[in-house]
Amino acid sequence: MAYKIEAQGLDAAGLGRQIQAHPGPVEVVGCLGQRFIGAGMQRKKIRVTGIPGNALGAYLNGGEIEVCANAQDAVGDTMNDGTIVIHGDVGDTVGYAMRGGEIYVEGSAGYRAGVHMKEYQDKVPVMVIGGRAGSFLGEYQAGGVILVLGLTGSGPIAGNFPCAGMHGGKVLLRCRPEELLFPGQVTALPASAQDLDAVRPYLEEFCRRFGKDLSVILNAPFTLAVPDSRNPYRQMYVAN
Amino acid sequence: MGQWEVYPEFEVVRSSARCTKCLGCVAQCANGVHQYDGAQLTCDSAKCVDCHRCVAMCPARALKIVKADCALRENSNWDSQTIKEIFKQAQSGGVLLSSMGTPKPYPVYWDKLLLNASQVTNPSIDPLREPMETRVCLGKKPGRPQRGPDGRFTCELPPQLKLAMPMLFSAMSYGSVSYNAHEALARAAEELGVYYNTGEGGLHEDFYAYSPNTIVQVASGRFGVHEGYLNAGAAIEIKMGQGAKPGIGGHLPGTKVGADISRTRMIPEGSDAISPAPHHDIYSIEDLRQLVYSLKQSTHHKKPIIVKVAAVHNIAAIASGIARSGADIIAIDGFRGGTGAAPTRIRDNVGIPIELALAAVDQRLRDEGIRNQVGIIAGGSIRSSADVAKAIALGADAVYIATAALLALGCHLCRTCQTGMCNWGIATQRPELVARLDPKEGAKRLVNLMTAWNHEIMEMLGGMGINSIEALRGNRLMLRGIGLTAKELEILGVAHAGE
Ligand code: SF4
Ligand code: SF4
Repeated sequence: MAYKIEAQGLDAAGLGRQIQAHPGPVEVVGCLGQRFIGAGMQRKKIRVTGIPGNALGAYLNGGEIEVCANAQDAVGDTMNDGTIVIHGDVGDTVGYAMRGGEIYVEGSAGYRAGVHMKEYQDKVPVMVIGGRAGSFLGEYQAGGVILVLGLTGSGPIAGNFPCAGMHGGKVLLRCRPEELLFPGQVTALPASAQDLDAVRPYLEEFCRRFGKDLSVILNAPFTLAVPDSRNPYRQMYVAN
Repeated sequence: MGQWEVYPEFEVVRSSARCTKCLGCVAQCANGVHQYDGAQLTCDSAKCVDCHRCVAMCPARALKIVKADCALRENSNWDSQTIKEIFKQAQSGGVLLSSMGTPKPYPVYWDKLLLNASQVTNPSIDPLREPMETRVCLGKKPGRPQRGPDGRFTCELPPQLKLAMPMLFSAMSYGSVSYNAHEALARAAEELGVYYNTGEGGLHEDFYAYSPNTIVQVASGRFGVHEGYLNAGAAIEIKMGQGAKPGIGGHLPGTKVGADISRTRMIPEGSDAISPAPHHDIYSIEDLRQLVYSLKQSTHHKKPIIVKVAAVHNIAAIASGIARSGADIIAIDGFRGGTGAAPTRIRDNVGIPIELALAAVDQRLRDEGIRNQVGIIAGGSIRSSADVAKAIALGADAVYIATAALLALGCHLCRTCQTGMCNWGIATQRPELVARLDPKEGAKRLVNLMTAWNHEIMEMLGGMGINSIEALRGNRLMLRGIGLTAKELEILGVAHAGE
């Protein structure tokens, strides 16, 4: 059984101390905007009901955080490992510079989802967004996998300037390439069966977490966006 | 020469009377200036960057580098540098990229400030005989004495950085400088009881041993940043800006990202490491506060957080915002500061001198009654112990030193770090060049330099009749301006010499 922590009346630091004090799984109830839940955490499981504040799971290094509501900005900032599951929408810059671990969002994400996402050796971060993404999706992306499924919400599956400055990793969107305008240094083509096979485990996990049907998700065209070069700015300078 | 080439800037002069043809110069110059065809030693002066490596290493003292006297027809509007820059851009279409601090003749206010000394009353103190304190604690200080329920003073302070002398080595990333340069800085920081700064390139696994003397940096690209890295540092520095290139981010080209750098930055080999100027999650002081507190929270409120900004217009208001963001220390970097690579136009035209910025910030924080809430580190071309003393009198708690530290390691300020061919083993990743810098010897030279400066600071303090560095901080009565306008004196908050 998870140890229950009543968040009401606690500030972020106080809540952080209580979470830290319990080695086993904890359930935070009545959360009211407290920031930094699980920041720098190494292991164990946190379940959050109520609304958590910004920077949930920042520098997360293991374990799992599950939120039964919407989350705010900077979820999983610079996360290195572990899993974050959001049963709702997330705010801006979800997964900023994440280098490892997985983030599953049932709903939509705000601006700059996956900005600076990177990968390193066996660390390949994954972010699955069930709904839509705001502008600058995957900005400066240097590694990792971003999946946007467009299962909820309306309008384009991602806002303006997807993959601006991208120089590594890949973005898969459940749409046709011509539905979005990509920058010059990115190639966006219809995803092949192999492309989808490569991310199938993450889609299965998404379906398992949120009770979705994989065949419905796969029954639509996907676009794969990858950068042309890992060195996009090479030709720009002259030594002086 | 070809139609679009300009005459080389330097000429390599070899005394054939002295030269023994040992070929040491051929081996020493990574730029390939010296060549030997089996019979004759020749040199291609066009490739020379005037780094003085061959000069220093020539056992016969047969070499010298002179400024070429083949001159373009200059005038005071179109000097030869400006003309050559136009030629380069017309040829390449590229953005001009330079290294180290700006060479332009902007005013250096340190040289227009004079220190005081006691005469007759308040006698001066001899640091060789009498105790003299140069220790500094950097961090938040309580606004008033706190007492516990038993009426006794509570002496618990927010986390502080304790420095044996008011100087730290400022951020230089592993990538912009070599492994051996980092090792020399780390060793010296440990021995001196001060700190060195990882810069934004992560912390090499070998250097976790020096973590009590390490400041770890977090920049927009978050290279090598993870929970272990954050907890390894004695303090965490958020890099918002750099004096040499305000508004411009860091960019380590993929060619410099070899195996070791890739491990430290935690990115694949050969991938560009891009740290754009903005943190894309910070658009306000409230957002900065969020990053400050997320770092505090994930390190259990045990580490002071430094926010580093470039000295720009309105720096006083910016610093006030930072002080209110919850940061423990503000580092202000003036526009004469060095860099491994910066667009020339930015380096030479953006930002303001550290002296004016520092004086304005210290005054503003005092006026607002929040000076005690932050420590101030000033950087951006601190060249001597006199600069240190003047910076402290203008309001700094301590100073950041980088270019002077590199000079101690052998740098000859050839300002071509961006090529990655540093013949002194500092701004390079080529193993054969890196091996030229002995980290132990380098550390010794850094310790020598800092120890000498610290002693000079004590002598200056003693002369002023002050026996602790704390008593000099913000003590502008100890400064007088020389040859400055009324407005400059007003901003610096000092009287003119003779007043
Ligand atoms: S670049 Fe340096 S080592 Fe090479 S010739 Fe010039 S001064 Fe000598
Ligand atoms: S670090 Fe090396 S390349 Fe840079 S200025 Fe100094 S000697 Fe030249």
